[in-house]
Amino acid sequence: MENIETGQLIKLTVNEQSKEIYVRNSETLLHTLREKLGLMGVKPGCYNGDCGSCTVLIDGIPINACHILSVEAVGYQIMTIEGLKDQTIPEEFIKNWAIQCGYCTPGFILNSYALVQNNPDADDAAIDEWLESNICRCTGYQEIKESVKNILNVKR
Amino acid sequence: MNSNNFSVVGKSVPRVDIADKASGRTKYTNDLSSPGMLHAKLHISDRAHAMIHSINLKKAWEVSGVRAIITGESFPFPVGPLLADRPPLALKKVRYFGEPIALVVADTEQQAKKAAMLIEVVYEDLPVVNSPSEALKSDTPLIHEDLGSYKVQVKGVYPVPNTNIANLTKIRKGNLEAGWKNSDVKIDSKVSFGPSDHAALETRSARAEIKPSGHVIVHTASQGPFYVRKLLSQFFHIKPGMITVHTPAVGGAFGGKGAVQLEFLAYLASRAVGGKLVNLQNSREEDLMASPVHIGLEARVKLGATQEGKLQAAEIEYLFDGGAYSDTGAGISKAAASDCTGPYSIENVYCDSYCMYTNHPYATSFRGFGHPELTFAIERAMDKLAEKLNMDPLELRLLNAIKPGDTTPTQVHLNASNIGDISACLLRMKEMLNWNPDTQIMKTEDGKIRAKGISCLWKTSSTPPNATAGAVLTFNTDGSVNLSCAAIEVGQGTKTVLAQILAEKMKMAMKDIHVKLEVNTHHDPHQWKTVASSTTYIAGRAVMAAADDAITQLKKIGAVALKCLPDDLEVGNSRVYVKDSPEYGVKITDLAVGYKYPDGNTVGGLVLGEGSYNVRHLTPLDPETGFGKPGPQWAVGVQAVEVEFNPEDFTYRVLKSATVLDAGKVINPQAAIGQMRGGMYMGLSWASRESFIFDGHGKILNPQLRTYDILRSSEIPEYLVDFVETPLVDGPYGARGMGEYGVIGMAGALGNALAKACGTDLYQLPLTHERIWGSMKGGGR
Amino acid sequence: MIPIDFEYHRPKAITDAIKIYQALTADNKDTVYYGGGTELISRSRLNEITPQAIIDLKNIPECNTFKREAGQIVIGSTVSLTAIADTPLFPLLSNVVRSIAFRTARNKITIGGNLAGDTFYREAILPLLLSDSKVVLAGGKGIRQVEIHEIVGKGMKLAKDEFIVQILINEKYTKYPYFNHKTTKQSKVNYPIVSLASIKVDDRIRIAFSGVCPFPFRLREIEDIMNNSAESPGERARKVIDLLPSAILNDMHASREYREFVLKQSLCKLLEHVERRVS
Ligand SMILES: Cc1cc2nc3c(=O)[nH]c(=O)nc-3n(C[C@H](O)[C@H](O)[C@H](O)COP(=O)(O)OP(=O)(O)OC[C@H]3O[C@@H](n4cnc5c(N)ncnc54)[C@H](O)[C@@H]3O)c2cc1C
Ligand code: FES
Ligand code: FES
Repeated sequence: MENIETGQLIKLTVNEQSKEIYVRNSETLLHTLREKLGLMGVKPGCYNGDCGSCTVLIDGIPINACHILSVEAVGYQIMTIEGLKDQTIPEEFIKNWAIQCGYCTPGFILNSYALVQNNPDADDAAIDEWLESNICRCTGYQEIKESVKNILNVKR
Repeated sequence: MNSNNFSVVGKSVPRVDIADKASGRTKYTNDLSSPGMLHAKLHISDRAHAMIHSINLKKAWEVSGVRAIITGESFPFPVGPLLADRPPLALKKVRYFGEPIALVVADTEQQAKKAAMLIEVVYEDLPVVNSPSEALKSDTPLIHEDLGSYKVQVKGVYPVPNTNIANLTKIRKGNLEAGWKNSDVKIDSKVSFGPSDHAALETRSARAEIKPSGHVIVHTASQGPFYVRKLLSQFFHIKPGMITVHTPAVGGAFGGKGAVQLEFLAYLASRAVGGKLVNLQNSREEDLMASPVHIGLEARVKLGATQEGKLQAAEIEYLFDGGAYSDTGAGISKAAASDCTGPYSIENVYCDSYCMYTNHPYATSFRGFGHPELTFAIERAMDKLAEKLNMDPLELRLLNAIKPGDTTPTQVHLNASNIGDISACLLRMKEMLNWNPDTQIMKTEDGKIRAKGISCLWKTSSTPPNATAGAVLTFNTDGSVNLSCAAIEVGQGTKTVLAQILAEKMKMAMKDIHVKLEVNTHHDPHQWKTVASSTTYIAGRAVMAAADDAITQLKKIGAVALKCLPDDLEVGNSRVYVKDSPEYGVKITDLAVGYKYPDGNTVGGLVLGEGSYNVRHLTPLDPETGFGKPGPQWAVGVQAVEVEFNPEDFTYRVLKSATVLDAGKVINPQAAIGQMRGGMYMGLSWASRESFIFDGHGKILNPQLRTYDILRSSEIPEYLVDFVETPLVDGPYGARGMGEYGVIGMAGALGNALAKACGTDLYQLPLTHERIWGSMKGGGR
Repeated sequence: MIPIDFEYHRPKAITDAIKIYQALTADNKDTVYYGGGTELISRSRLNEITPQAIIDLKNIPECNTFKREAGQIVIGSTVSLTAIADTPLFPLLSNVVRSIAFRTARNKITIGGNLAGDTFYREAILPLLLSDSKVVLAGGKGIRQVEIHEIVGKGMKLAKDEFIVQILINEKYTKYPYFNHKTTKQSKVNYPIVSLASIKVDDRIRIAFSGVCPFPFRLREIEDIMNNSAESPGERARKVIDLLPSAILNDMHASREYREFVLKQSLCKLLEHVERRVS
């Protein structure tokens, strides 16, 4: 990649599709996914890496999209809520009333999905360690925790 | 009320907005993309109180893509919902740290931000007013020199010219002197806390466009699109019919999105670029600092009671920290005055409730509208009284619980319908928490102390006397119904509850009800705002009226089809049928767009149901005594908290938090439980850690979610929730409303539990470990 | 939204990184090395820094190693805090980094970025100070290995063109008894008001601090006091306060007095823990 400019044409793999787009180097993935690729499921809550609402998966690992440059994400598999095929987690969230305003939901769902994928044996401490990355301002979090626990129990 | 008689009401039917939300496809204001849209960014003040000497825009104009820059001079008139005291952009002076001073419109957000940062403001600092008690002192500088010339927009707001008092509401009930005379025991209790924030996860955002026709179109994350329209119309002299306000899904609000701020700015921005569509979205820092916040309070409560614990007198002073502008702070101080005693029966009550100007960010409604705040003050005082009387705090509350036959501080007579049953809530809580004198304070084996604290709560809506809502029903050719109503879904589940009310009334299945989730003032019937836990009641009644209207029409056309009188018919199961022989009937599908005879002739036209509801018989409060009726009814409840306190390092954990609410009728139990849990979490988070931190110059030191502490999922307690159902006679199926209630008693309950555990007075929020350490340095348990 | 623009380079070799750095600075461009970027992004969006070029180190193989080799733990500078927390090659280090931020942030924060960052805290340094770690640096003058103590001061004493390639920890330190304790203002996810880490090497307590002063530190004089078991933990804690390298922080997270209280408490807790283990 030759780049003496402050922007470039890059290829991103998003939700299993290859996307060619022009980005500013200083552009965050949050901005690119929303404004250039129309993936509005990536929600900004703080733009500062503090709230988890913009969580996406980069090679399966939760990352705050506001804390990664788009140019940094080249070469990785990016997944947003729009690309989540497995509906187990969303269904469980629905069943447990884990959604009110819905704004934190995509971030929580992707983080929970990664937790279940990467750590199917997660105990309560591990669930806490993962879920405390995300702020929800509406629910009391219990419903969200229960959803994750239920799925882990089923998986076991 | 027996919920078995209902098929949809009282059932936990899934939320109507859930599928889209679970897939991340719900669109919030900032998710609507529009090519060619311009972007606006604010330049905000880095002083809390200063004259603006000059603003240099030169460097900002040099940034490419900049299309307009506006400052206070572009609209040099004050705006405000109750008292017009706030220029949309600071004019001549700034009054809080973070106050918008200028706004740049550019092709891209980046350009706008770059330019906004390059604006140079030269200030002349003024002395900063850091608290409401300081603001009240006669030698404190005035924050609004022209207070006397500001226009009062709504009856019942009483600013005091040449002071920092934005509003003073007085309550004078009974005879205080007599009350003191009858009191054997008196206590004098103070509490205080500074401003904090709603911190809804979606930051506020607004877009505006002015069409060549003059039609103004605003998209906004708001709890009151009709309110936005009203204020835009009022202050910019545009006819309401020429303004359309559209609100898609809202990502949490908690009162903070009832205020109108960005909408004014977006409109001015659009006006500055020839009416083009302009987007203005808050960053988190702006949302915390520049936009309105959760009010602070300094309170003093004196209570007197007989030896037996019967309350005789209450003398109360509330000094709300309204910040730099009054917004709804003036209304909050009034609402707090109306319910100033908490849900206790007291004959002799004096209260002075002030909304003070300070050089803090200005306050607006926060979930509970003055009640979480006043409840902390009252409930700490009640516990101190119980201690002095050597009485169980729960028994003291039971003895004084307000009930039918009593009067409120504004002298409203209570009856079996307009007030819920506090005693029943207290008794249920007693059972739920296994509350008895021996379990209130316990030592654990590892030297920690467990303690329980309790708080009662009540609230009426403090709606304006003309608060109204409407509902319109249209029918689809498959017999299903569309419900259009301007209640805003902010996460509380209002659209689901309204759909349930409609389904119950029409005896239809939920799957045949389509609720329009977005709100558009052009299509939807007028509604005041979605605030004050009043929507189930007001909009619910409108929906029921609309259903009645549709049923009447269906029966009328059905009568033609079934060759009988409308009175012979019943509507249910998507059919209109003969009462005494239900097998004779006709499907709504066949009536909704007119009944068609075999030869093609059609009668009836479209079925269009409409209904509306207005709160009634509310009266403004008398300026001298507070006499008046602030709301139609009071929902009540009891909350409790169990903490585990470590006396070694003064840290604590909340183990349990419980709510028993008398919600009238619970329309959707799971949604209601979610509201209560969420309310408790928010209340605990606020009471234990949330607050702006100011330096001595009024600068906010923690304008980010990294340093503005919010409770996270690893720190939640066990939640216990139960309901009591004392029907509100004219509420939809008896319902009262509940959106705010979960938050109201948490600070009181937490404060009481911790004070017990520590054996010391705790009177300031947030109840951080450091604060407890500080108050125990001088001893304690 | 970062308002400024910058060049972005992601070299695949150490030498390339240095060459790029030199070329850019020769061109008078304000250039910074980039690890996880969490601090660089946050500070750029607030316009606190305005780099004109950044050099992302994450594609350099040496910066990505994380292994046990020849009696050493080798940690590349771009290894994420999560990877370190989840792989307890050095359990104390795993524990300390697990208390930084929250997991999703730790997936992005690198150890090199935490060490070289501009905050008061840089908590990942604590176990490295205790274990007398070595740091591999690369710069215009080539690659050099230094003692961590040589470069940790109030900031990081690196040459402008230097970056951290790796951290080397003698494996023996991973086997000593250890203790760490972080106190925050209220929420667990927050900067420390006091963060302590300690190991006991050959019967001597070593201790390092973050959050107390505006930089992390380890001091021999403090350790001398801490090891004087003739004195009660409370007395020792009191003496430690007098030896701190700067005034105790007094800020929005905690007042000076409260921090002092928490520090004393944490020190006593530590001594209790360590000395109970021995007896
Ligand atoms: C929500 C949150 C909470 C946090 N809480 C804490 C906490 O409690 N305690 C704590 O210690 N930290 C905490 N942090 C982390 C800290 O604030 C920084 O964000 C982080 O340490 C930076 O790491 P990075 O890899 O992202 O660095 P970058 O942003 O990439 O870089 C930071 C600095 O280091 C330089 N740099 C990066 N890599 C190298 C290298 N290999 N060699 C030389 N220089 C380099 C950069 O030039 C830059 O100056 C928190 C972060 C977040 C987001
Ligand atoms: S928006 Fe990215 S973490 Fe908050
Ligand atoms: S549901 Fe609203 S923020 Fe979580």
